[in-house]
Amino acid sequence: MPIHDQGYQRYKGERFQTGAGWQVIAKAGIRNVLVQRKYLGLMLMAWGPFIVRSVQAYAAANVPQASMLALKPETFRSFLETQAAFVFFFTVFVGAGLIAADRRANALQLYLSKPLSRWEYVAGKMAVLFVLLLAVTFLPAILLLFVQVGFAGNFSFVRANLYLIPAITLYSLAQVVLASMTMLALSSLSKSSRFVAVMYAGLIFFTSALFQAVRGITTKSSFAWLSPGDSLDVLGDAIFRLPLRYDLPVWGAALVVIGLIVGSAVVLERRVRAVEIVS
Amino acid sequence: MQPPPPSHDGTPPAAVAPVVELHGVTVIYGRQAALRDVSAVFPGGAIGLLGPNGAGKSTMLKALLAFVTPSAGAMRVLGLDVATSALEIRARLGYMPETDAHIPGMSAVAFVAYCGQLAGLPPADAMQRAHEVLYYVGLGEARYRNVETYSTGMKQRIKLAQALVHDPDLLFLDEPTNGMDPKGRDEMLELIRDLAHNKGVNLIVSSHLLPDIEFTCDHVIVMDKGAVATQGALDAVRGPQGRVFELRVKDGADRMAELLAAAGYDVHDSEEDVMRVFVPGEAGAEPIFKLAAAHGLQVRHLRQSVPTLEDAFARAVGAE
Repeated sequence: MPIHDQGYQRYKGERFQTGAGWQVIAKAGIRNVLVQRKYLGLMLMAWGPFIVRSVQAYAAANVPQASMLALKPETFRSFLETQAAFVFFFTVFVGAGLIAADRRANALQLYLSKPLSRWEYVAGKMAVLFVLLLAVTFLPAILLLFVQVGFAGNFSFVRANLYLIPAITLYSLAQVVLASMTMLALSSLSKSSRFVAVMYAGLIFFTSALFQAVRGITTKSSFAWLSPGDSLDVLGDAIFRLPLRYDLPVWGAALVVIGLIVGSAVVLERRVRAVEIVS
Repeated sequence: MQPPPPSHDGTPPAAVAPVVELHGVTVIYGRQAALRDVSAVFPGGAIGLLGPNGAGKSTMLKALLAFVTPSAGAMRVLGLDVATSALEIRARLGYMPETDAHIPGMSAVAFVAYCGQLAGLPPADAMQRAHEVLYYVGLGEARYRNVETYSTGMKQRIKLAQALVHDPDLLFLDEPTNGMDPKGRDEMLELIRDLAHNKGVNLIVSSHLLPDIEFTCDHVIVMDKGAVATQGALDAVRGPQGRVFELRVKDGADRMAELLAAAGYDVHDSEEDVMRVFVPGEAGAEPIFKLAAAHGLQVRHLRQSVPTLEDAFARAVGAE
């Protein structure tokens, strides 16, 4: 008599209801990133500025000669601007293959043959980038605020600048959602991760260069709408109650960011399908 | 209509309630109609979807999975409406696609367990099922290898494994033996037959290979040019009682084929100069000899053969 029948067995255990598939995709994606040393290294580097700012907060609170280093509201804006570089690197290295690799391996038809809608698939893929990007933007920025409170020993800075909490949250979200949606849309357009990475880098750098060229010719900075990155900067200035760096109105900057997010959603709606129909 | 009761006890499914129904389904790609007003009923058990390339078999499966939306018609799978309950249907379905497909960057066991989780299994159960199913499909020893290193035959097997991991009530197998060597093909067909006849899994096998359908299925739906050419139990589709003869004549095969067709016999080519002639009833070979003699044609080879699905297929799609 066999000890264990290795034939096909019917499954009698529990099953989760539909709608949780995106979490499976997200968890697997994040796990896949975190087991790779290169991404762990990048994550450690991304937390470098946080450590520098924490030392600054410590020095300002404990060394009288360094009181000029005390954290100001604009420090948080500047901190998130620094983190934009890591947002770019994570978006390019992690995000480029999120859908492109699945398209190359014909995996979309496998995903979508499971109880998983197209938007759940996109949500799962987006959650991978979303979590990683929040880990290098929102998380260190909000922690920095707590560090400031900890070293100062009082809440006076936070009380005086209460808007910083929603400002950090809102700007981090704007950064992360814009980067995630744009990258996912580009990733859905190709089967090559490298090509997608180049397209994304091109989108960021080419549009910025174009804006600077037009600005140089016309001497008007209102053309910042040409560049998503510069439009986001204007939006960030407004969110952190700082003077706008370009003549672009806030609604114009917001329109560019929202337009790109909506445009990316439209691309994803058209491209994420189990069957590619060439008419 | 009530869905058929899930048979989780390993017994063959009750072949009473249909598992799939299509009513007047039309699917159009651009200006090309891939399915034209298709109506069909798939009873439980093993059903073959047979037809040449481009007949609309894969499109039908994709429509049933709600991958493509029909421009007309209604479909029900396991008693559920495809238009409104696609996710509920997919939770009870397993799909083995025709093309090479895998989740990149995963070992076989991680890939199959991942598919199990996507289908709603808890992680621990999904992993246990992944090991079991990989052993069942013959990939037990290779389950820790990256799927990308697999041979074509192994990739076919792992596609079956990912379709089975959540123990579906209905399996869609699209050209399951594509690219497999003869031994692998036989093993795959044995697996499919075992699933359908011993494990209580309803399945639909789409194939252009007649022997595959004959070996694995009880019912067949023959498709041609986006429409159902014929359907029914395998024995019924094989046609009425009669005899099939392999016939070769000297210098006049075309003429003989025309004469036989004019006399009302089904004739189609099987090899270069050999034709297969279906003679209904108990008449035997005598009418063939008489016809040849009457027109001065020499019969060089005449052998009785068993009516196969190929004959029925040829009759259904009008092949010569």
